[in-house]
Amino acid sequence: MKKSLKYKYRNELEVLPFLLPGFILLLIFIFYPIAKNFYMSLSDYNIFLDKMNTFTGIDNYIRVFKDKMFWDAFINTAAYAAVTILPQMAIGLILAIIINTKIKGSFLFRILFYIPVITSWLIVSLIFRYLFESGDAGLINYLLLKANLIQTSISWFSNRWTANAVIWILAVWKGIGWNMVVFLAGLQGIDRSYYEAADIDGANIIQKVRFITIPLLKPVTFFIMTNLLVGSFNVFTQVYVMTNGAPMGRTQVLLSYMYKVAFTDFQIGYSSALSVVVGVFIFILAMGQQKFLNMGYKEGQL
Amino acid sequence: MIRKILMYLVLILFAISTALPFMYMIATAMTPDSYIMPYPPILIPATLYLGNFIAALASNNFLKYFMNSVFVSTVSTIAAMVVSSMSAYAFARFNFRFKEQLFRLYLFSLMIPGLLNIVPQFLFINSIGLVDSYAGLILLYVGAGIAYNTFFLRGFFQSIPREIEDSAIIDGAGRFTIFTRIILPLSKPALGTFAIFAFTGFWDEFSSALTILKSVDMRTLPIAIQLFRQQHGTDWGLIFAATLIALVPIIIFFVVFQKRFIKGDFLSGSVKG
Repeated sequence: MKKSLKYKYRNELEVLPFLLPGFILLLIFIFYPIAKNFYMSLSDYNIFLDKMNTFTGIDNYIRVFKDKMFWDAFINTAAYAAVTILPQMAIGLILAIIINTKIKGSFLFRILFYIPVITSWLIVSLIFRYLFESGDAGLINYLLLKANLIQTSISWFSNRWTANAVIWILAVWKGIGWNMVVFLAGLQGIDRSYYEAADIDGANIIQKVRFITIPLLKPVTFFIMTNLLVGSFNVFTQVYVMTNGAPMGRTQVLLSYMYKVAFTDFQIGYSSALSVVVGVFIFILAMGQQKFLNMGYKEGQL
Repeated sequence: MIRKILMYLVLILFAISTALPFMYMIATAMTPDSYIMPYPPILIPATLYLGNFIAALASNNFLKYFMNSVFVSTVSTIAAMVVSSMSAYAFARFNFRFKEQLFRLYLFSLMIPGLLNIVPQFLFINSIGLVDSYAGLILLYVGAGIAYNTFFLRGFFQSIPREIEDSAIIDGAGRFTIFTRIILPLSKPALGTFAIFAFTGFWDEFSSALTILKSVDMRTLPIAIQLFRQQHGTDWGLIFAATLIALVPIIIFFVVFQKRFIKGDFLSGSVKG
């Protein structure tokens, strides 16, 4: 009996030593935290004692939806996704198309455009904080004043939407290189004969992009969009470093707000409820995208 | 011809906008007394002034933080490589019950922003007494990254032809021997790419280190730089000198391995906040 059981599960026994270390870590650091977040969210949790003070049911969730700061953070996050995704994709695609023509020097441009991608969020955030420094001596203000685009210097970080604008500009600036590289990989996968056929038919470059490149890049485009959308909910460091929510918490994004509630205010139950709400929202968003994703994976090579 | 000029125009325009912030940072780091913002802004340093670099290195244990980062990033990279190459091999080559479902679980966890779990992760590390230790931070790095790293390496392992293993199996080699003697040596380029991404990722990591490390002596570079900035407020020359010192290893990595960066980075980048 014992021997046959062993035989029945021989495959599982064989894989276990390879699988188990990673799987245990996955349970401890991903799935247990998800469950624990849910558990803590139902209480006014004490971070120092690591236990529930009082069970509060869904009170924290009601609070989330009544919390003006949460909605600010939610809107900032949504605006980040809405504003930054398309420009960086468009610019990335244009640069990829140009570089793919093997124009002289394209190799060097490709390396240059990639440098912001490999520079950490902390460092680029510090640089952009300095670029958009208030007063006439900040580089961006200086350039805008010299070009007569503004009359007086802007205090970028003392207003919600100008501060958000800096966060967006940084996102696009840093993201272009990654978009370019992924699009470039997609472009290199397109068979040259399509373009040759179009040449014979006398198509111009715009027509070739419109009717060959863009349709054939569909899977890559979906891949990039999904990544950037999920990435929009990962925004933390740039906000923490550049504004830390200032002015008055109006530039918080979901993660930076959750982090503040947890580690500055020590309202663990409430921060857990925020985590659960954000997690569920991302899950729904991802499910909604699943249809497109499936299409993308079926058609594409990525 | 006009088309070519137009293309160069676009490339140069974006080249300038890419380079300008970096030039500004370097010029500021090489300007003395930069806590008063110079007017007009300096983009090309007037002299090769290195005082800020010397001051940054001399102050606040900066070299110690640099070595802390070297240590944490190196050990984390090795640990992540050992654990995730094993689980990637499991998914690439074994048949077992619920394999597909299990792998879906790994993929599912990729969707969740890592920081959402930071409080329970912190509490767990605290409960085993590893807050403010490198062991705790490294464990978190390896654990939180396991799904992504498994996914990343599985693809490489799957591309190795099975015939090579089949002959080893006929010769009576066990799974572990096959893994260490055949799979790993054949995956050297892939493991190299993995190591580069993992190392630079750990080197730059900010939010977990901020949460787990508490004492001054333990800080890694990103944390040190952020606190450096809070201490020195507007002395941007000093801050950017420190920043550039942290950026050097990344730039060296990039220049040496740029082909791998540009080819292999499809899946990281924006997702890894």
